[in-house]
Amino acid sequence: MSRDLREVVVVGASLAGLRAAGALRDAGYDGRLTLVGEEVHLPYDRPPLSKALRVDDLPLPDDGLRAEWRLGRRAVGLDSRRRVLTLDDGHTLRYDGLVITTGAAARGWPDPHVTLPAGVFTLRGKDDTEALREALGAARSVVVVGAGFLGGEVAAAARALGLEVTLVEAAGQPLERAVGERVGAYIGRLHQEAGITLRTGRTVTAFHGGERLTGVTLSDGTGIAADVAVLALGAVPATGWLEGSGLWLDDGVRCDAALRALRTDGSPVGSVVAAGDVVRWPHPLADGEPVALGHWTNAVDQAVVAAGTLLAPERPLPFDGLPSFWSDLHGVKIRSVGLPGLADEVRVIELDLPGRTLEACYLRKGRLVGALTVNRVRRLAGYRAQLRADLSAGLPAGLSAGPSAGLPAERSPLTGDAVPALP
Amino acid sequence: MRITVDMNLCESHGQCVFAAPDIFSFDEEDYLVYEPAQPDELFAAAEKAAGSCPVRAISVQRDAS
Ligand SMILES: Cc1cc2nc3c(=O)[nH]c(=O)nc-3n(C[C@H](O)[C@H](O)[C@H](O)COP(=O)(O)OP(=O)(O)OC[C@H]3O[C@@H](n4cnc5c(N)ncnc54)[C@H](O)[C@@H]3O)c2cc1C
Ligand code: SF4
Repeated sequence: MSRDLREVVVVGASLAGLRAAGALRDAGYDGRLTLVGEEVHLPYDRPPLSKALRVDDLPLPDDGLRAEWRLGRRAVGLDSRRRVLTLDDGHTLRYDGLVITTGAAARGWPDPHVTLPAGVFTLRGKDDTEALREALGAARSVVVVGAGFLGGEVAAAARALGLEVTLVEAAGQPLERAVGERVGAYIGRLHQEAGITLRTGRTVTAFHGGERLTGVTLSDGTGIAADVAVLALGAVPATGWLEGSGLWLDDGVRCDAALRALRTDGSPVGSVVAAGDVVRWPHPLADGEPVALGHWTNAVDQAVVAAGTLLAPERPLPFDGLPSFWSDLHGVKIRSVGLPGLADEVRVIELDLPGRTLEACYLRKGRLVGALTVNRVRRLAGYRAQLRADLSAGLPAGLSAGPSAGLPAERSPLTGDAVPALP
Repeated sequence: MRITVDMNLCESHGQCVFAAPDIFSFDEEDYLVYEPAQPDELFAAAEKAAGSCPVRAISVQRDAS
C-alpha cells in the first residue's frame, strides 16, 4: 500500500462513494476518510425509487466506516495540482487521494425558455420520489415523457396506483436504441396490456396550465389532459463542479482503464480516481471507445477497482467488470448483461408475450456484446460466461501489450482473472 | 461457512450466480439453488456474491470454531 496516503476524500456519498470507502477500509486503508455529499441523507438505493416509488436506505458497515461525513455539502471546485477541494460553505479540504463519485442528475427540459408549471417532475433522488408520490396521490392522470427504463418503470408504478397513464416516446418503440426494435416493441406491448396509452414517434411540445399543470400538447398536435408530468429524459453526469480543475470532462469524467481520472492531454492524474455513473472510460466491449453506464452493478464494481488503484498507484489494474442491468415492469423481470446498445445486429431467440419470456442476444461486427432476457435469467448466466471468456481471451490492445507486458500478471480484485497492470 | 438467502427478497437478479458460480445456480424455472453449507475456501466468493446482490438477500456466516 502506498505509504503517503493519509487523507482520502470521497465526493458523492451514494452507492459508488459508499462502496469505494468500504473497499478502502477493507483493503486496510487506515488514514482519514471524508465523505462529502450534496444530499442531506445517508446513502440510499435508487432502483426502488422508480419501481415501487419506495425509499430503501443502504446499510452502512457496523463500524460506520470510521469516516467523517459532510452531508448537505456540495463540492464546488477542485484544484487537482494543489490537491485542494472547495466546498459550498467556503471550506477547503486537502487530500492525498480523491475519489469522484458524483454520479448523474436527471436531465431537465431541453428548452430553458419554457416555464414548467407545478406538477412537472424529474426523478433522481429520495426527495424527488417523495414529492412525486405525494403528487400522484392527488392526481388522476399522468404523462410520462420518455419511455426508457426509468420512464417505463414510473409509468408502470403510476398505473399500478390506478392512474390514467400516457407514455410519450420520440423513437418508434420504447428503448429502441438500447435494445432494438423487436425487443422494444415487446416492452411497448407490456405497457399497453397494463392499460398504459403509448404514444411513440412523438414528443411533447408544450406544457399547459398557469400555476398547475393541466395538460400537454404533442408534436402531432394532439392534446393530453394531465395533472402530473414526469420527465424521464435520461441523466447528465454531475461534472459541473469540476470545470477548471484540469480534468478531462467529456460528458463524464474521462478515465483510463484503471479508473484514474485523466487530464485533457490524456495523462492520468495519479491522485484522483472515479467510479459510478460519473465515469466515462474505454470499455473493452466497445473496442476501447469511451462509454458511461448508469448501472447499479457498474457503480459497485468500479468502486472496488477505483479504491484499489488509489491504494496501489504503482500497480494500476484495469477494470474488467461486465455490465449488467435490470428493470422490473408490470411484474416482469428484464435482465441484461453486456452492452446491448452497442450492437449492430439483434438475434431474437425466443419471444413469447403471453408466456412472458424473451431471449435476445446482441452482436457487434459478429461478436457477442450483450444479451437480454425476460424470465430467463438462467440463460443470461450462459451469455455472461461467454462474454467473460471472450474478454479474458482478448484483452484489448493497450492492456495486454505495451510497457506492462513484461510485468507478471496480477489477479483482478473483481473477477480473480489474471490481468496485466497498466503502464 | 453457512449461506442463507432470503427467498422472499430474492428477485432472481443472478448477480450471485455471476459472482460465485461454484455456490449459486438457477434451476429450469429460474429459481435460485444453492447448498447452504459451504467450505470456508469459498468465503471470499460468498462475500462478493452477498455484496453484489441488489436486494441484499444473501448472508454469510463463518462456522464457529
Ligand atoms: C430512479 C432510478 C432507478 C434506477 N434503477 C436502476 C435499475 O433498476 N438497475 C440498475 O442497474 N440501475 C438503476 N439505476 C441506476 C443506479 O441507481 C445508478 O447507477 C447508481 O445510483 C450510481 O451510483 P453513483 O454513486 O455513481 O451515483 P449517484 O447514485 O447518482 O450518486 C451521486 C451522489 O453524488 C452527489 N453529488 C453530486 N454532485 C456533488 C457535488 N458537487 N458535491 C457533493 N456531492 C455531489 C449526489 O447528490 C448523489 O448523492 C437507477 C437510477 C435511478 C435514479
Ligand atoms: S443476487 Fe440476490 S436477488 Fe439475485 S439471484 Fe442472487 S440472491 Fe437472488
